[in-house]
Amino acid sequence: MKRAVRLGTLAIAIALGGCASAGANDPRDPLEGFNRTMFSFNDKLDQVALKPAATVYKDVTPSFVQTGIGNFFGNIGDVWSAINSLLQGNLEGGFTGVMRVAVNTVLGLGGVLDIGTEAGLTRHQADFGQTLGVWGVDSGPYVVLPLFGSSTLRDTVALPADIYGNIWTYKRPIVWRNVGTAVRVVDQRAALLDASNLLEDVALDRYAFVRDVYLQRRASQVRDRGGPWADDGYEDVPEPAAESAVQKKPDGN
Amino acid sequence: MNKLYKFLAILLAGGMLAFVGAARAADEAPDALIKRISLDVLDTAKGDQQIQSGDQQRILQLVEDKVMPYVDFERMTSLSAGRFWREATPEQKKQLTAQFRDLLKYTYSGALAQVRDQKIQFRPLRASPDDTEVEVQSQVLQSRGDPIQLNYRLEKLPSGWKIYDVNVLGAWLVQTYKGNFASEIDKGGIDGLIKTLTERNQRLASAAKNAKAPS
Repeated sequence: MKRAVRLGTLAIAIALGGCASAGANDPRDPLEGFNRTMFSFNDKLDQVALKPAATVYKDVTPSFVQTGIGNFFGNIGDVWSAINSLLQGNLEGGFTGVMRVAVNTVLGLGGVLDIGTEAGLTRHQADFGQTLGVWGVDSGPYVVLPLFGSSTLRDTVALPADIYGNIWTYKRPIVWRNVGTAVRVVDQRAALLDASNLLEDVALDRYAFVRDVYLQRRASQVRDRGGPWADDGYEDVPEPAAESAVQKKPDGN
Repeated sequence: MNKLYKFLAILLAGGMLAFVGAARAADEAPDALIKRISLDVLDTAKGDQQIQSGDQQRILQLVEDKVMPYVDFERMTSLSAGRFWREATPEQKKQLTAQFRDLLKYTYSGALAQVRDQKIQFRPLRASPDDTEVEVQSQVLQSRGDPIQLNYRLEKLPSGWKIYDVNVLGAWLVQTYKGNFASEIDKGGIDGLIKTLTERNQRLASAAKNAKAPS
């Protein structure tokens, strides 16, 4: 019995020692092995199917059509964002979101035109995972989901709420819903083509880079409830002609 | 992600103004510095035909002349290397800083190449007059997409305020590269990291040469 306990302890010690020397383990990413595999899988899928489709879409579709598609699905997403803003106690964000959806749907031809942004009602993205975070739920470990990509344990749990909160999910007939979802995904991917090319150039370890950016951004979204508002204390920088006049004054800040 | 790089570039571009401000830089307030630089870089990028048509070499030159003098690369590198910085020899430190500087230059240029019609807005600086480290907050407005949060951390050196970290959409550059550096050092030590950076920079350099816009 004693010998078994000693052997068992030795085995655990070796296993833990192995863990410790297995590399620069990030405490936020205990599932790193699984995540890296998922990341590669998503990457392959992207290379083989999504990126080519997005490239063709970007090259072939007229830009005003792309903008319209982006606006349409953005407007649908804004409904859930407004609800989440209110759930987070962000009344200003919630009401602005509601106004935004109203203006864009009614005056913007069903959401195809983004009149809200021009009118100063900027988009304020809020999802249920963020709401849970604001309510105090810790994010938990970093998780890479198949197809959906970067997430955390909390955000994965919140994902069904986000899917059912997106009213496009209820679109019937089903074939229209699926086609619409595919178009939305391709459009979003197309918007990220330049950035993803740049990412390949400058990231030494793409997995770690994406993870660190995602986790920081997520934390800041929960902390700042979605980031700054256009009119939240931001001042426009004067135009160049006025700027040179300003420069002549001594800087008394 | 797209916005992330767009603004990484604009961010760095914001650090420019080597020629005009040399004497004034030492006593110029950090937010005034960033404002001036941001406007200058954005306007130059928007107004230059060759840059708009994708001439990488020209963008690199713009970044070199106008952004680089306002960034404290040694501090950025030491922060990104974290605890490994202490273990590095002076020669390694020098090489690491030089290679990271080049990588960042390519990063900025890549993002700057995507500037089209963006505008910048600034928050009033909240700092006391004797602060030697401040954070300047801004956001970039674009015609398509949401505003992009863009913040800078500056330190006051005898030669003036210098940028030592940049935040795009909530992610700090140093914090992000820390993970990358750590995994490279884990694989091949500091020399392994330097080698990876060198090879990457060589690849980016030849890509930039080949990406010269057709005249």
